[in-house]
Amino acid sequence: MPQSVHVSKPLRMVLTTLVAIGLVVLLWEGYKWVGQQTGDQIPGTDIDLLVTTDDLTMPHAKDILGELVSDIRDGRNTLPMSLYLLKKAWFTLQEAAIGFFLGLVVGLTLAVLMLRWRVVERGLLPWINVSQTIPLIALAPIIVTWGRLNDMPDLFSISLIAAYLTFFPVAVSALRGLQSPDAADVELMRSYAASWRTTLFKLRLPAARAYLFPALKIAATLSVVGAIVGEISIGTKTGLGRAILEFAQRYAVFPERLYASVIGAAFLGLSVFGLITLVERMFVGRTGEAAT
Amino acid sequence: MKSRAFTKVAAAVMALTLLAGACGSDENIAATGDCDTVDSVSLQLQWVTQAQFAGYFAAVDKGIYEKYCLDVTVLEGGVDIVPQQQLASGAVDFAVSWVPKALVSRESGVNIVNVAQIFQRSGTLQVSWADSGINSPADLAGKVVGNWGWGNEFELLAGARKAGLDPSTDFELVQQSFDMLALLKGEIDASQAMIYNEYAQVLEAVNPATGERYTADDLSVINWNDEGTAMLQDAIWADGARLADAGYQDLTRRFVAGSLEGWMHCRDNSADCVDIVLANGSALGASHQAWQMNEINGLIWPSPDGVGMMDADLWAQTSNVATSESILAAAPDAGSYTTAYVESALASLNGRGMDSTGKNWQRVSVTLNLGGE
Repeated sequence: MPQSVHVSKPLRMVLTTLVAIGLVVLLWEGYKWVGQQTGDQIPGTDIDLLVTTDDLTMPHAKDILGELVSDIRDGRNTLPMSLYLLKKAWFTLQEAAIGFFLGLVVGLTLAVLMLRWRVVERGLLPWINVSQTIPLIALAPIIVTWGRLNDMPDLFSISLIAAYLTFFPVAVSALRGLQSPDAADVELMRSYAASWRTTLFKLRLPAARAYLFPALKIAATLSVVGAIVGEISIGTKTGLGRAILEFAQRYAVFPERLYASVIGAAFLGLSVFGLITLVERMFVGRTGEAAT
Repeated sequence: MKSRAFTKVAAAVMALTLLAGACGSDENIAATGDCDTVDSVSLQLQWVTQAQFAGYFAAVDKGIYEKYCLDVTVLEGGVDIVPQQQLASGAVDFAVSWVPKALVSRESGVNIVNVAQIFQRSGTLQVSWADSGINSPADLAGKVVGNWGWGNEFELLAGARKAGLDPSTDFELVQQSFDMLALLKGEIDASQAMIYNEYAQVLEAVNPATGERYTADDLSVINWNDEGTAMLQDAIWADGARLADAGYQDLTRRFVAGSLEGWMHCRDNSADCVDIVLANGSALGASHQAWQMNEINGLIWPSPDGVGMMDADLWAQTSNVATSESILAAAPDAGSYTTAYVESALASLNGRGMDSTGKNWQRVSVTLNLGGE
């Protein structure tokens, strides 16, 4: 009997996704319907709803989804919105990827330095925390000006903004992970007369994976956010951020387009999240058995 | 033999360049495309690609800058990019900026100089519904008046004051966003709008009551050019410190001349310029850009003294509004603008028989489509 209701894993994922999207659409349309019935008030009260439900503020879900297949101008040509967004997302993904890997390298390096010398940890960790309190709006013009003075393309400045967001979770979680092995394990390595480097590679780095990968998932989505924010604040010829900026400016005429571009951004964020999850399975799943 | 001829030409070019550096605005600018070297130059815009900047894109696309031996990179603006700061930091060579905003930067010690006053008129409107009874600044009394802030509100404040209103008590001043949602949803009575952008957005939207698009008849417009509080807008700014250098003077002369020629191209070939703007990556629709191109031409042409020349009266008006609204502590100093570069460009353009005033330019009628498509 169980075999007959068995659904293959990919199919199950597709079904779950569809059901989730369906639920969001239902919730959206339900809220909108209630608002339309009560004149944008919470039913039975005269308290105004947080968000009004007219078509300008909340376009119908079918209009937003329909926007994804309708044509949009791209330079001299037109193409379907979904393709347009994919094109823009591909561009943003490249900026985000450079930022992610820069952030990864910087974050891991900082973590190893802090692990090696306690004084570095004590001196550096507060500053790493402080770094994340500087608003991007202040940072972006500085980075782009500095980049241009050094003849760097603006795209690299955007990647730097993405890296600025990504290095933080990497550094903090990698440090936690590297410090996570039990004292007994570390002492065992010492009893083998293992060098600091050997301990790092054989014991600490494998142990850090469990801490690192959740952080990498956050970092990957942050790199997309950083790239989009960077595009909006610096201004580039292309990219999802640029699309969002233009559609935001034209919200009064085409509210569906802004929602569609936000869906595109969410899709990109989910994609990189999924990508890291796949990588995680490759690294943690297999060696998880081999490690012990 | 050949190398001697080359040496002669090189010497002649050198001599001409030196002469150019020495005698200011008197010399003619060659626009032959015969270049020994091509200079790379960057221009910072205030915003993303749109017909507001068509002249610069056209000068790149049509090889006009090339004729002046320039390789120009046009950098789009973003939310956090202040063109005059990019210019002052040396990150770019030239910048497009509104005059009041640039003068505020200049007063705070940023050494930038207006080298070409492209827009001869202000594009800022205060738009309300025709049935709101707002037909002049005085009618704003008791109304909810939207403005963008960030230095975009000075013409409105000065205009209201001129009509005898006190902006702090006689009406409610609210910050509006860069779309026209607040007006469309009736949250504000009067909304700021650029004639080439947001005003058209209203005309591209559908009136839910009728199912038809709004028309100009549905709207009542206060135009600050008519009220005497208009301030100068898009101008080309150069780095004041570098202007002491003969090489940069030469760059400026050529860049200004090429830009002016670009704008003349867009006056005479507006459809071509709309196409160039679209090709440079505008997601805004074709009819919206055609509208914008037409209105931008209207802000530039006619230029009675020649395109790019400073209108001394409007400069004085801008300065007066800025000081009376306490945007500037004092009237801008004499070095804030120079017409030397435009004069030499105009001498070159007129010398080639080109029309630099556009006195016969006529506004065309642009049909806006739904959503500006």
